[in-house]
Amino acid sequence: MADSAVKPIIELKNVKKVYGKDVVGLKDVNLTINKGEFVVIVGLSGAGKSTLLRSINRLIDITEGDILVNGESITKAKGKKLRTLRRHIGMIFQSFNLVKRSSVLRNVLTGRVGYYPTWKSTFNLFTKEDKQRAYDALQQVDLEDKVYSRADELSGGQQQRVAIARVLTQNPDIILADEPTASLDPQTSRRVMKDLQMLNEKHGMTVVINLHSVQLAQEFGKRVIGVRAGEIIYDGKMSDTPASTFDQIYSGGDQDE
Amino acid sequence: MSSTEQEKLMTLPKKKLKILNWLWVLLFVAGLFISTNETKTDLGALFANFGEFADIFLQMLHPDWSYLVTVVPLLLETIKMAILGTAIGSVIAFIYSLLIARNIVKNKAVTGILRIIMNIIRTIPDLLLGAIFVAIVGIGPVAGVLALAICTFGIVVKLFYEAIETIDPGPIEALTAVGANKIQIIVFAVLPQVITYFISYCLYAFEINVRASTVLGYIGAGGIGLYLQQTLQIFDYPKTGTIIIVIIIVVVLIDYVSSKSREALMQ
Repeated sequence: MADSAVKPIIELKNVKKVYGKDVVGLKDVNLTINKGEFVVIVGLSGAGKSTLLRSINRLIDITEGDILVNGESITKAKGKKLRTLRRHIGMIFQSFNLVKRSSVLRNVLTGRVGYYPTWKSTFNLFTKEDKQRAYDALQQVDLEDKVYSRADELSGGQQQRVAIARVLTQNPDIILADEPTASLDPQTSRRVMKDLQMLNEKHGMTVVINLHSVQLAQEFGKRVIGVRAGEIIYDGKMSDTPASTFDQIYSGGDQDE
Repeated sequence: MSSTEQEKLMTLPKKKLKILNWLWVLLFVAGLFISTNETKTDLGALFANFGEFADIFLQMLHPDWSYLVTVVPLLLETIKMAILGTAIGSVIAFIYSLLIARNIVKNKAVTGILRIIMNIIRTIPDLLLGAIFVAIVGIGPVAGVLALAICTFGIVVKLFYEAIETIDPGPIEALTAVGANKIQIIVFAVLPQVITYFISYCLYAFEINVRASTVLGYIGAGGIGLYLQQTLQIFDYPKTGTIIIVIIIVVVLIDYVSSKSREALMQ
């Protein structure tokens, strides 16, 4: 197994998250994701999918356990070290999280901000290569004609593709997508999923997606992780996963509550 | 029987007058009389001396236009004071707002203490500030500028930090995920969302400052107010009239331009 393709890139060890005093987000989660995987996480709302995803780049601090990214602990990282680790993890959000009053180009360029010292980025001193990189990224999502448009002039689907271009410009090893299609129509959703697939297949990025739609999960996912009440209740290859498994994952939510 | 009941439902039921409400009214009226007595307010004096008022007003209606040569440079000084005061106050307010916005600085002790300081500063009226600075830096426009700067700070900081706290948190999250530091998050995620508000608030403070700076001269803090006081003291009403007319024209003009620009900004 010397193949670099099976190198673990994300490792969760006994991860526990408690909100407030007694609301359990995650209970004792152990999970290893290897380089180049395309993982979909499915489960009911409130099952802990978002918590799981957001703890990987530490948008959420976990209560117990450890998370390794590229073999380095992100839970223990601080300041610059944490920011450098985050630079290698891109993120796509349900609500796109673009700066609506800024241009598309500037939004895409924010993907590079982590690579710049403060003063250079403050005065918008992005290098020519990075601007070209941003433009190339926009071309890959077919939005090159919108470079100078303001982000809020774009439709929801286009905004999500700008977010994908932003991640592409960031050039991370890992992409975390938190319900990337939840606020989009079915057609646009498929387009966004195809773009994420492109990042995985063409650029070799490891993709982890939270999904609501079983249909999209079955169509695009290669590995399925089922989450219920803060626990991983299923983990397997999509090709080996019968449809009944999804029923199981999405059932019994009430019993556990 | 049934017809009367129906009638009851058809007509609007009368609101019951409560005795307590009448007691409140009585209390307020009594309070009004007591305070009038206590302060020896005499509305009659206003009407008894109305003739004099009309006289002054008539004199002011014949402004001394030759006085314009003196008034205009003073007015320019007043406007300069307002601009400088607004600029200094806004810059401080800009930084301070970022430090007290709870979605940027998470440490509640820091924001709490800085907010208490802000509230104390905000309670000081502009004329008192002017008097304090006249005592510190002496008579002249510098005192006025400093007083206006602090007034501006008080206005802008409050409005601006509230605007910062209502922004969409999404971009902050996105920038955090990208590995940006605090300043980069502010520059890329926060400022684009609030900068137009900031400019608008500064213009608003400027409108207020132009008006305030005309009065500040009264206590020796520079500007046109000093001459307003002097001409009034020597009963030179035509000159006072000139000053007042010029002030009104300028204030109206600046208010108009400023509010139009603010409207344009918010689109």
